[in-house]
Amino acid sequence: MAHIIKNFFIALKQVFIGGTKYYLWIGFLSIFIILGLSAYIDQINRGLIMTAMRDQVSWGYYISNFTFLVGVAAAAVLLVVPAYVYNFKPIKEIVLFGELLAITAITMCILFILVDMGQPLRVWHILPVIGTMNFPVSLLAWDVLVLNGYLAINTLISFYVLYRLSIGKEYKMSVIGPLIILSIPWAVSIHTVTAFLYNGLSARPFWNASILAPRFLASAFCSGPALMIILFQIIRKLSEVEIDNRAIFKIAELIAYAMAINLFLLGAEVFKEFYSGSIHSYPIKYLYFGLHGKVRLVPWIWFASVLNITAFLLFLLPKTRENFTTLNMACIFVITGVYIEKGMGLVVPGFVPDTLGEIYEYSPTTPEILVAIGIWATGALIYTLLLKFAIPIYTGKLRFATREQKGYGVSSTQV
Amino acid sequence: MKHTKTVFFILMVSCFCLPFSFSFAETTEQDIPKKFFVPPPPFSEGIFPCSQCHQGMPVNRKPRKLEGMHQDIILNHMPGGWCFDCHNPDNRDTLRLANGTIVRFEESYNLCGQCHGVILREWKAGLHGKRTGMWNGEKQYRLCVHCHWPHDPRFKPIQPLPPPTSPYDIK
Amino acid sequence: MKESMSGDKREMTINRRTFLKGAAVGLAGTMLPLDKADASFWEAFFQKHFREMNETEIKKVIERLEREYEQKYKKAISIGNEKALPGVLFGYGLDLSRCIGCRRCVYGCVEENNQSKDPQIHWITVLRFKKGNKWVDLEESEKYYSPSQVPEPGYFYMPVQCQQCENPPCVKACPTQATWKEPDGIVVVDYNWCIGCRYCMAACPYGARRFNWGEPSRKTEEINPKTHYLGNRPRYKGVVEKCTFCIQRSRNGRYPACVEACPVGARKFGNLLDPKSEIRYAIENKRVFRLKEDLNTNPKFYYFFAYGV
Repeated sequence: MAHIIKNFFIALKQVFIGGTKYYLWIGFLSIFIILGLSAYIDQINRGLIMTAMRDQVSWGYYISNFTFLVGVAAAAVLLVVPAYVYNFKPIKEIVLFGELLAITAITMCILFILVDMGQPLRVWHILPVIGTMNFPVSLLAWDVLVLNGYLAINTLISFYVLYRLSIGKEYKMSVIGPLIILSIPWAVSIHTVTAFLYNGLSARPFWNASILAPRFLASAFCSGPALMIILFQIIRKLSEVEIDNRAIFKIAELIAYAMAINLFLLGAEVFKEFYSGSIHSYPIKYLYFGLHGKVRLVPWIWFASVLNITAFLLFLLPKTRENFTTLNMACIFVITGVYIEKGMGLVVPGFVPDTLGEIYEYSPTTPEILVAIGIWATGALIYTLLLKFAIPIYTGKLRFATREQKGYGVSSTQV
Repeated sequence: MKHTKTVFFILMVSCFCLPFSFSFAETTEQDIPKKFFVPPPPFSEGIFPCSQCHQGMPVNRKPRKLEGMHQDIILNHMPGGWCFDCHNPDNRDTLRLANGTIVRFEESYNLCGQCHGVILREWKAGLHGKRTGMWNGEKQYRLCVHCHWPHDPRFKPIQPLPPPTSPYDIK
Repeated sequence: MKESMSGDKREMTINRRTFLKGAAVGLAGTMLPLDKADASFWEAFFQKHFREMNETEIKKVIERLEREYEQKYKKAISIGNEKALPGVLFGYGLDLSRCIGCRRCVYGCVEENNQSKDPQIHWITVLRFKKGNKWVDLEESEKYYSPSQVPEPGYFYMPVQCQQCENPPCVKACPTQATWKEPDGIVVVDYNWCIGCRYCMAACPYGARRFNWGEPSRKTEEINPKTHYLGNRPRYKGVVEKCTFCIQRSRNGRYPACVEACPVGARKFGNLLDPKSEIRYAIENKRVFRLKEDLNTNPKFYYFFAYGV
């Protein structure tokens, strides 16, 4: 066991070895992290009053980002983990990077929740045993369990695979198999639970729709893999990792189907609300057309809708899907579109009009945006460091010899 | 006349109870508190007892607009009515019902209740009127006239307290 | 190119590891409370959930809180811990035929319950509706009306506050059980347990819960020193609060402040389990309704019209 820990630290050393571009990148991220941190410290001192959230719209930009990132985390694994089972070689090679993305995304989710809390030091109250977790009644309690469990599963799988790679061996299916079987429904569950925590509130008719959970999953399947496609191309360019084009195109094809379902579900939602035309349709009316002259979200949602539809077409047609220029355009479109639609376009209309009919137009303040950017930069940093740690092992540049390979018999510290 | 002494004794005791500032009212309806306390009637300064002026004054039962005194009272209650519909011309220190029954000022709710019977019933149950005191003990009751000036009982509009701060203005 | 370990590199690694371990321990050491002021911080940090504490622990917590409040507000504040009276389920009645929208209940509540003046917090919201317009559609209501006089012709008024639901969605939502329903029906918040996630605020259909977005501020002379742990004691930044039917008053037999403040007698309060209470009289003799009844939250706040049966 000791040698595993030692090897871990040796591999960790890799994180500090890099060229100028690497350090420039880390420096660039650090600027935003420091800005975000200073804005957050200000928030700790003055309270959440320095965001634009108020009693009428009590969740805002932080929770929007959280919702989007849970989708990314779910999809990152859902898409690639089956490769372990189905042995589709082009994807099997890149599963690891998807899992590392999932770890990063979940960490960012946890950070977004922490910055959104009014009393972050009391976060231990939510834990079972040492706190008083309201399980199973509260959906937020479920969310805490499934998100942390998901983080644990992915960390276990990734580091186990990396460990086996580092000693030049394949992962053992007997070890990883159960974890994978567990992680597939678990990935579905993290996003379903997140959808349920909106879905279960009868007080908010915009969210209290059964279609919310399927919509979440469909849009997650669009945005998560799109982010991965972009990241894989960057990894391919900046390191010796080889990623087969077939893997990328396969993922792009899956995004096309997911976006088709996403658009269909959106259409179903739009029909139900606008055709029935009851009072409960006012939130979606606010979102797409404005309400009583309040139109702040309208240009955003139409922009997102145009992006989504365009991206769908680009992903659908093989010609544009397999052309890297249009493919990357489509990826950026879909990430932006889903980020808007599932982020602010989901959270804010739930509160407009509020339960007593008031319309408060929420728009994040600069400190709020700085904190959010800080967390995204933190996520980018974490992913960068994870890759820096993982890639030398993955490509075989870093290998540890096992005791048997060394052939020395008893050797106290050699690996 | 075996019981004369007893009856006389009871009458004397009741008379002693009269000048007390709190009056007790008894009801025979079930499920309603048997006794409730009201504060003294809200007379204007120095106006009571009315007999200090009206003792010996000739009584003019003709409905008319008053001059010389009480012209500040403009009756805006019960159209077509006037003072002696409620006030007792024979004894200004009391009021009287339509059938002539004397009603003390401390029990003026019985007078109001002639026309406003439903409200009287609800007032006795504790449903009508300003509520203060103990919900599981002595509720504080008030006379009708503590809130409704009998000569112009409808509440006048009042200035509302300020609206809440808009969320846009909370910094 | 494989890296392999040689003797001296191994020693370096061990030393680095030892250093890191030592640094971690040292850093943790600086966090230990070394003086009394810090001890109070740790006491506050580790304070247990109200319902998990026994009487002695609660007493200790209350003593500590009273000390903290005295230090902060320069005024001696007493924190009561009256339990629910047996055989009591509080109910509230609001006579819509009488409310004139004067907001004296709103400010009476603010004075009694130590709400923050800046940022402003009001537990009661009075909505104004135009006669004949949609009513269930609360969107047609106006909350910021400010005429010179009320009631205005052509409008009617409806105050809304915590409905103290029997099936409260906020209690279901709270991930830490910081809010719960007491045996006498009041839904309370333990301000020292709430983590400020605001899920309960999203869950409440009546917009009854308020959040302390900033540090609550109130002048010392305005503080009501008679408080209850679960009610009107001064709150903190980052926690949720709401109407508690003046738990500090109602558990001592008194009417809530809003009931006593109303100049037209529109507010009724009492024990739903007492057949002789005025709230029972209202329910049995008037046509009562509750807001958003289709959500099955089963509120104990009954609206009715006294005029007419």
